[in-house]
Amino acid sequence: MQVDSVNINASGVAGNTYDAIVIGSGISGGWAAKELCESGLKTLVVERGRNVEHLKDYPTATKDPWQFEHRGQMTRAFLKENPLISKAAGFGDDTAHFFVKDKDHPYVQEKPFDWIRGYQVGGKSLTWGRATQRWSNFEFTAPAKYGYGIDWPIRYDDVAPWYSHVEKFIGICGNKDGIEAMPDGEFLPPFDFNCVEAHLQKKFKEHYADRHLVHARWAHLTQPAEVHLQQGRGKCQARNLCMRGCPYGGYFSSVSSTLPWAAKTGNLTVRPFSVVHSIMYDEQKGKATGVRIIDTNTQAVTEYFARVIFVNASALNSTLLLLNSVSKRFPNGLGNDSGVLGKYVAFHLYRGSVSASVEGFEDRYYYGRNPTEPILANYRNLHKQDTDYVGGFTTFLGAYRTRGADDAAETELGTAYKNALSKPGGWRTYMYMQGETIPKESNHVRLSTTGKDQWGIPQLITSVGYDDNDEKMIKDFLHESSQMLEKAGCLDISTQDNKQAPGLDIHEMGGCRMGRDPKTSMLNGWNQMHHCKNVFVTDGACMTSTGNQSPSILYMALTARAVDHAVKEMKRQNL
Amino acid sequence: MNRREALATTARLLGGTIVGSNVFLNGCKSTPEKIASFSEHDIAFLDAVGEVIIPTTPRSPGAKAARIGEFMNVMVTDCYDEHEQKIFFDGITTLKALAQQKHDTDFVSLSGDDQRALLNAVNKEAKAYANTKLHNDPEHYFTLIKQLTTLGYFTSEPGATTARTYVAVPGRFEGCIPFSDGKAWAT
Repeated sequence: MQVDSVNINASGVAGNTYDAIVIGSGISGGWAAKELCESGLKTLVVERGRNVEHLKDYPTATKDPWQFEHRGQMTRAFLKENPLISKAAGFGDDTAHFFVKDKDHPYVQEKPFDWIRGYQVGGKSLTWGRATQRWSNFEFTAPAKYGYGIDWPIRYDDVAPWYSHVEKFIGICGNKDGIEAMPDGEFLPPFDFNCVEAHLQKKFKEHYADRHLVHARWAHLTQPAEVHLQQGRGKCQARNLCMRGCPYGGYFSSVSSTLPWAAKTGNLTVRPFSVVHSIMYDEQKGKATGVRIIDTNTQAVTEYFARVIFVNASALNSTLLLLNSVSKRFPNGLGNDSGVLGKYVAFHLYRGSVSASVEGFEDRYYYGRNPTEPILANYRNLHKQDTDYVGGFTTFLGAYRTRGADDAAETELGTAYKNALSKPGGWRTYMYMQGETIPKESNHVRLSTTGKDQWGIPQLITSVGYDDNDEKMIKDFLHESSQMLEKAGCLDISTQDNKQAPGLDIHEMGGCRMGRDPKTSMLNGWNQMHHCKNVFVTDGACMTSTGNQSPSILYMALTARAVDHAVKEMKRQNL
Repeated sequence: MNRREALATTARLLGGTIVGSNVFLNGCKSTPEKIASFSEHDIAFLDAVGEVIIPTTPRSPGAKAARIGEFMNVMVTDCYDEHEQKIFFDGITTLKALAQQKHDTDFVSLSGDDQRALLNAVNKEAKAYANTKLHNDPEHYFTLIKQLTTLGYFTSEPGATTARTYVAVPGRFEGCIPFSDGKAWAT
């Protein structure tokens, strides 16, 4: 497609001009929109996918299991066409409409990388995992301290108030546990442990002074406050069907919360079906002037203009569109004097898991379906490096009763078999890791010089793989976790390394990292481009390192903080 | 619970791998096609087989009321690869022939006792086979029938709401309560 000759639509430049443009409507884009609109700025959100409206566009939200023809399984024909997206966590017949189809959005895997995407208003905030622990200072300082990365330009204290700001608005359940490696936040009441989880917490405490199993910190309204009711959201009903979209607004998504809130100000315009080709740069003014979008239905190219641009297209797509934003001043991508753009991509290590059976507790059960999981805070490489690798890991844990008596398979067919299967079986428990990986120059993405997508935009090449540090961490996690379960008296302990490709974690980070030095980073401590001050990148692309906590709430906090800075700078006429 | 753990749990319960789960987790590598169709007679036959595996009991209907024959039709046709379809279709032929051989009549015309005796013998054979088969050997046809019956029944409306307990909207979560009514949660 030729984008040199541009159609500015009938409305002309003035009609296409806003105070701010936000690229992407997912978890960070929604926050950018809310904060910008609340500051009184006329804001355009461009989203490449279709519109999704809260409640109206949740077609499966209230379906019973038997209303799915294949009871949640995908058909052979679907799997044949979509082997990649079908692997995503939570993907199924009930949620498939919130994920892309493989053939629609090709990319090139130089090394195996499962790039999981959800192209619609709300993005992946509809299907996210909802874990929302805060980063600690250990994570902000570890890369420089232990020599595996550049220093973060910010510290915990810089983001702590913004964490609070976000937590209060979106609603986070949790317990204040006073753990150094996982700071407390503004919490609604936590979800209960079940009896086995409570038992394991006690057992771990007996054997390990520094290993704290605590209640989930998760984006669920256990006790809605006034601000949540004002959003039209209600109490979580413990259905655990979140990823279909929640008819109660029980969990946070852009669609249920930030976007409608932004719309109420009267300052928001959302333009779906608009894939951003590039950000335009004006050499005279020395700043970005707007975005060039392609209508995904009509292929029409349109330009929109604004004083400030927020890039929230998701880590790799933000990187892609910046790489594609070339000008005489920036021949290698917008703001990319350092050559760092596209490099230092990292992710979270999810390969290791351990499971076991737990004896007893047969006279105990639970009521409702817990949509959250207890968290074992990181206990590795905190005050000093105490392992043969760098970085740490968070562990998620859960316990549940199986369905069907344990001896059901041994019974005769008929009434005995049916009765055995109607009962619950014994208890089981599992642990899985969310580990830090090292950002490396060699783990990168770049634009294909030959392959294009259906809108003529270069395809992304991913060249991201595991390293020796990852293998050592997995080994340590499996060893330590098995030992913990053994000490807690669990039986039939088995460990698994599923060897999944990077990307399937859906925690890809970096590509446009923050840093103190413009020679080694793209963004300053305000998520602002060193070399193009009116562009802010506040999604996963900005991450200097990955830490071991779930990242989404940090993106939200960084976004709110960056908007605050941008608005102040606009008032000072610096932007 | 993540999906792999959920599948592993169900597999343990059913005493083997879930057929189709490899495709589900790893994607199809071959070019599978539909190899045959179920007749109305096949569906009635599978209803009868399913009802022997999970019968009507005083407090809840059985697999036939869950329209298990039609469910197997849908799952085998839409989700099984051609390998698994062949095992399944050959299995129907084998089971029908067994009834003819032993009793000189159709399976559906047999008394309940004769149906149970026949299927329990096949069930035993399938379990013995599962214990000795190598990882890549094909599954026994009866393992497939039993799995689909179990999955289909307990996710059906009668199975979920009467044999187990189904609460669509729990409203709250209580972590640790006494277990009293003898039934598992359906979901």
